[in-house]
Amino acid sequence: MSKLLLVSSPFVRDERNTPQLMRDVIGSLVPILIMSMWVFGVIALLMVAVTGATAVVTERLVTSKRSLHDGSALLTGLLLGFVLPPGLPLWMGALGSAFAVGLGKAAFGGLGANIFNPALLGRAFLQAAFPEAMTTWVAPQMGFWQLPERSLAWPLMGSHVDGISAATPLGGFKFQGLTTDLSEMVVGTTAGSLGETATWLLVLCGLWLALRKAFDWRLPVSTLFSVALLSWVLHATVPERCADPMTMLGSGGLMFAAVFMVTDPVTTPVTAKGMWLFGFGTGVLVVLIRSFGGLPEGVMYAVLLMNAVTPWINRFTQPRVFGGLA
Amino acid sequence: MVLIASAPTFSHGVHPADQKARSATEPIGRMPFVREYSVPLRQHIGAASEPIVAVGDIVQRGQLIAKRASFVSTNQHAPVTGRVKAIETRPHPSGVSVRAIVIESDPFSSQQMGASGPRSDQALADSVSDAGIVGMGGAAFPAHVKLSVPEGRTVDTLLMNGCECEPYLTCDHRIMLEHPTAVLEGTAMIQTALGAKASVIGVEQNKSDAADVLRAASKGSVSVAQVAVKYPQGAEKMLIKAVLGREVPVGKLPLDVGVVVHNVGTAFAVHEAVRLGKPLIERVVTVSGPAVSQPRNLWVPIGTPICDLLAFVGLDQLDQYIVISGGPMMGQAQKNLQAPVVKGMSGILVFPAAHQATKEYPCIRCGRCLDACPMFLNPTRLWLLTRNRDIEALNQHHVQACFECGSCSYVCPSHIPLVHAIRMGKKLVREAQV
Repeated sequence: MSKLLLVSSPFVRDERNTPQLMRDVIGSLVPILIMSMWVFGVIALLMVAVTGATAVVTERLVTSKRSLHDGSALLTGLLLGFVLPPGLPLWMGALGSAFAVGLGKAAFGGLGANIFNPALLGRAFLQAAFPEAMTTWVAPQMGFWQLPERSLAWPLMGSHVDGISAATPLGGFKFQGLTTDLSEMVVGTTAGSLGETATWLLVLCGLWLALRKAFDWRLPVSTLFSVALLSWVLHATVPERCADPMTMLGSGGLMFAAVFMVTDPVTTPVTAKGMWLFGFGTGVLVVLIRSFGGLPEGVMYAVLLMNAVTPWINRFTQPRVFGGLA
Repeated sequence: MVLIASAPTFSHGVHPADQKARSATEPIGRMPFVREYSVPLRQHIGAASEPIVAVGDIVQRGQLIAKRASFVSTNQHAPVTGRVKAIETRPHPSGVSVRAIVIESDPFSSQQMGASGPRSDQALADSVSDAGIVGMGGAAFPAHVKLSVPEGRTVDTLLMNGCECEPYLTCDHRIMLEHPTAVLEGTAMIQTALGAKASVIGVEQNKSDAADVLRAASKGSVSVAQVAVKYPQGAEKMLIKAVLGREVPVGKLPLDVGVVVHNVGTAFAVHEAVRLGKPLIERVVTVSGPAVSQPRNLWVPIGTPICDLLAFVGLDQLDQYIVISGGPMMGQAQKNLQAPVVKGMSGILVFPAAHQATKEYPCIRCGRCLDACPMFLNPTRLWLLTRNRDIEALNQHHVQACFECGSCSYVCPSHIPLVHAIRMGKKLVREAQV
């Protein structure tokens, strides 16, 4: 008898697979890195290289080798690098990355088992540990080879603040009542985290990923829609607290998060209704924190809070079985 | 996708490449007679048939050789003139060995059928039962059971299933194209037997030539509904939803919404049985798949060993291939090619083994399986609950509503065998109930 292979149906499959999805997302970060280097100089490359490498090394140290091939650890590290301020000492970036992969992901059981977005958890850790360094922003376009003074600082050696610091569009609005030119936010020549400033490029990358079906379009669409809607209402009622919808959409980490954070399948709901709820919830929290919170930016906390309620959202948005009662 | 799919359909589902062009234009040919046939006593849902011949008996093609054992069971007929060689346990495409009547064909016989002549369509259920007809779409439910309406129930619509949503398969397509009148007459007989007010033939848009032929031949007596090309459009609940907009309640039958669904191939068999007195001793099988260079649609006598069928299309070296009976979405891999063609077998597909070399990754909770499931279940959850053997939660999540179409496994980017796990979950629940 010939050797026949016994397997179970179905015998055909959709071509997309998980490592491929990870590669798509990683690929879409390349133009963002180039843009970031144009805005902030070579420090962008250094920071992302440090966080990416640390993530891969950490994963190799704490988990079995098998999971490395799916690219998820590298992706976590890269994403963290892009949401850090350009002037942050590199060692802090490395520490945050190790935290993100080690505690944010591996401690929960690895890919697919973590509750919180690991990159944002790493960022939250850094924000708690080094609040000053995490909220100091260097001005954009200081020269390509010009490293911010503290970037190469040794761990735990006193780090004084640079001479040249700048306000982000959201910081300027909150603390000084300044408005930033929309064109600057679209192009990306504002102060901010490494990957978040060039709104046009983020939109483009998001569209490409959506077309590639690398993520579920309902998550970013509902997030952005609810930010626009709520800020439109609030701007009309309390303009001194809430910026206009275009500023809200174009500033801070919102667009980056819409494309790369709220689209993380692992930490967002599996049900269709749940995805809409997650996006709406994130958008509402972003606007509320930005307008009424102590910090100018709230995307990170908004996403993490929604991550925390995701299991609960899943539970209450189970689809009605076909032929079941409404 | 929503913009393109203007034809009626159901929600969710998947879009595998249909691969039908490989064999759709191949007229139905005929598989020559071979040396030995094995007619399993169980090739249908229900009780096994009871043999009425003994080893050594000479049987004629079309002769009754096993009787149905109860209402939900079927008759079996000799596919070939020859001698009963054995009645013994033989390989079966289901993977479980089953008692079968083995017939050695008479090489000198003309293989003419015994004269029996037309039957009455007055008592259609009896004629169909005599002819041993089962549902030809794959489930192989005895057809006569679905020809009588239980006391106190009414059927307003007979829905004929010409969707053939499984990739590669083209046997129903060819039957509709080549025998539209027989399909329509069979449909009319079934409609009369059921007392249904209307009958509708549902055909997927990728077979619009068949829809046109049927429409032209029917002259308005039967309506033909074109439905979107989407898997699993041919599942009866999905077809009822698409064509009639009715949702069969969970755990209920089409009859509960006044509908009976039959396959177009069944209508053809009914017509043959009544008009020609021909029992179900052969069926159309699509032989295709990436490893088959010349795909065919063939009339194959029931009981023909799969290996003989494959040899006929030029495949005799089958090392490291996967041979599937049925379609690629719901079909079954064969472990022994001595297993015969049975009444419910719509296709034999051959895939190279490398095709299945996939690695499983962790679930990333992307929710694609929920968007694919036509029953609106939560496959990733059912997979987890099965692993945890949580019977109560499996029930709460309607595991039994799954009809194993495989759409969840199809879309899973982590290549998790979701439908396989859910099959296990259904089994756990069944065992717990006993």
